[in-house]
Amino acid sequence: MKPAPFAYRRPGTIAEAVEALAGEPNAKVLAGGQSLVPLLSMRLAAPATLVDINGIPGLDTITVLPESENGGGVRVGALARHAAVLASDDVRRVQPLVPLALSHVAHATIRNRGTTVGSLVHADAAAEMPVVLSLLGGSVEVEGPAGRRTIPASELYVGPLESSLHHDEIAVSAFFPALAPGAGVAFEEIARRHGDYALVGAAALVDGAPGDGQSVKVGYLSVSDVPTVVDLSGVADDELGEAALAQLDPAEDIHASAAYRAQLVRVLTARVVRSARVFRQAQRPEEL
Amino acid sequence: MEELHDVRLSVNGHTHEIRVPARRLLSDALRHDLRLTGTHVGCEHGVCGACTILVDGAPTRACLMFAVSAQGSEITTVEGLTRPDGSLGPVQQAFMECHGLQCGFCTPGFLTTITAGLRDNPTPTHDEARDMVAGNLCRCTGYQNIVKAVERAAEIAGEEAAS
Ligand SMILES: Cc1cc2nc3c(=O)[nH]c(=O)nc-3n(C[C@H](O)[C@H](O)[C@H](O)COP(=O)(O)OP(=O)(O)OC[C@H]3O[C@@H](n4cnc5c(N)ncnc54)[C@H](O)[C@@H]3O)c2cc1C
Ligand code: FES
Ligand code: FES
Repeated sequence: MKPAPFAYRRPGTIAEAVEALAGEPNAKVLAGGQSLVPLLSMRLAAPATLVDINGIPGLDTITVLPESENGGGVRVGALARHAAVLASDDVRRVQPLVPLALSHVAHATIRNRGTTVGSLVHADAAAEMPVVLSLLGGSVEVEGPAGRRTIPASELYVGPLESSLHHDEIAVSAFFPALAPGAGVAFEEIARRHGDYALVGAAALVDGAPGDGQSVKVGYLSVSDVPTVVDLSGVADDELGEAALAQLDPAEDIHASAAYRAQLVRVLTARVVRSARVFRQAQRPEEL
Repeated sequence: MEELHDVRLSVNGHTHEIRVPARRLLSDALRHDLRLTGTHVGCEHGVCGACTILVDGAPTRACLMFAVSAQGSEITTVEGLTRPDGSLGPVQQAFMECHGLQCGFCTPGFLTTITAGLRDNPTPTHDEARDMVAGNLCRCTGYQNIVKAVERAAEIAGEEAAS
């Protein structure tokens, strides 16, 4: 099918883009289009106006922030394509979980056009990056008629495909906190084919020396209708999966039954926590 | 009346002026407005890869872009992969030698994807060759001969570069 008619705006500045959105309640931002265009073609969405932000200069930057700013991390601009973020040595060095997860986002051709910020605000619970942002405690910076504000990941995801952005706000960038020196990360997912949306995926962040005092957090995609992070600190190794399930309610859909998802949570939780510990250990050989 | 936009598209080194509504998919602009029917349309939602073209050198789904957004970009379609004298380019030649196609519906998307893939990685390992085509679907060949064609195309291009 083909998209329904819409008016097309291609502003040259963020301010003009905000103005175009504010003037039309049924307008949508067009970034990489890798999620929006299929929705338009299938007529699941029919906005009156599309505000194409691809002509706004300076939005494709990837910047390393020093420790003095929010504890350090990377800031990814709204037009940085998944492919550019995945290829960035700075991102890999500062927060390795980002490329670990991005390599599971679709296929290279989709990553050439799709944006990481677009994926974050599209708020698909089956997507990798919203979970990564939630697990790391990152944030998204948005600009609207009232100026700029920062939305922490914990307040960004409200429901299935629903973020807390107002309709006249544009996400300008996302902030991924740096990996702390004593921390480790890992990402695992099960998909029918590599590059497909995952049946279940899990990202882990462990912090501190192994033992009861170690902080262990795991974020899940495709389990609930929003990205979900659970705290598994202090849980014995062989109880990780059950402890996670006690805080999750896996959903059933055409791709997998709830029972199968629960089984994947058990398997992936144990696996991803183990990998995050191995990751951490590999960076601190002196502890061995 | 639906608003029309004057769009200048640069395709395979030629400039074309078209007047289209904003909702014209780039894949449709290429096929219907420019009559470049080498780019095929299968699923029209980004999954199959038949419509893959190169936008400023990067493999991109033509069905997931609007023609109005493509202004200012350099586009290469499968028609642009032949040599200036009209003979087959290395990837096309390899597909012929290795029987990398049956019905040919998926082929344009594979050819563009592999052309860019070999530009970025001229000597892929077997696994890298498989990975290069992982985002494209083919209902006929079973993929084995397509992977062989990737490896053969790398050989052909390598021999040409050496001579
Ligand atoms: C075949 C295929 C497979 C895919 N597989 C995966 C996968 O495995 N995992 C995954 O995570 N994703 C997958 N995707 C989706 C892909 O990652 C998208 O690129 C991403 O979800 C959206 O980014 P975009 O830039 O393309 O946004 P668009 O499609 O342009 O926009 C998506 C939504 O976000 C809004 N939006 C975008 N940017 C902004 C902004 N800066 N400010 C305000 N609103 C904005 C738009 O209005 C729209 O509602 C797949 C896509 C395809 C076609
Ligand atoms: S037609 Fe574009 S990906 Fe299938
Ligand atoms: S040759 Fe028929 S779909 Fe690939």
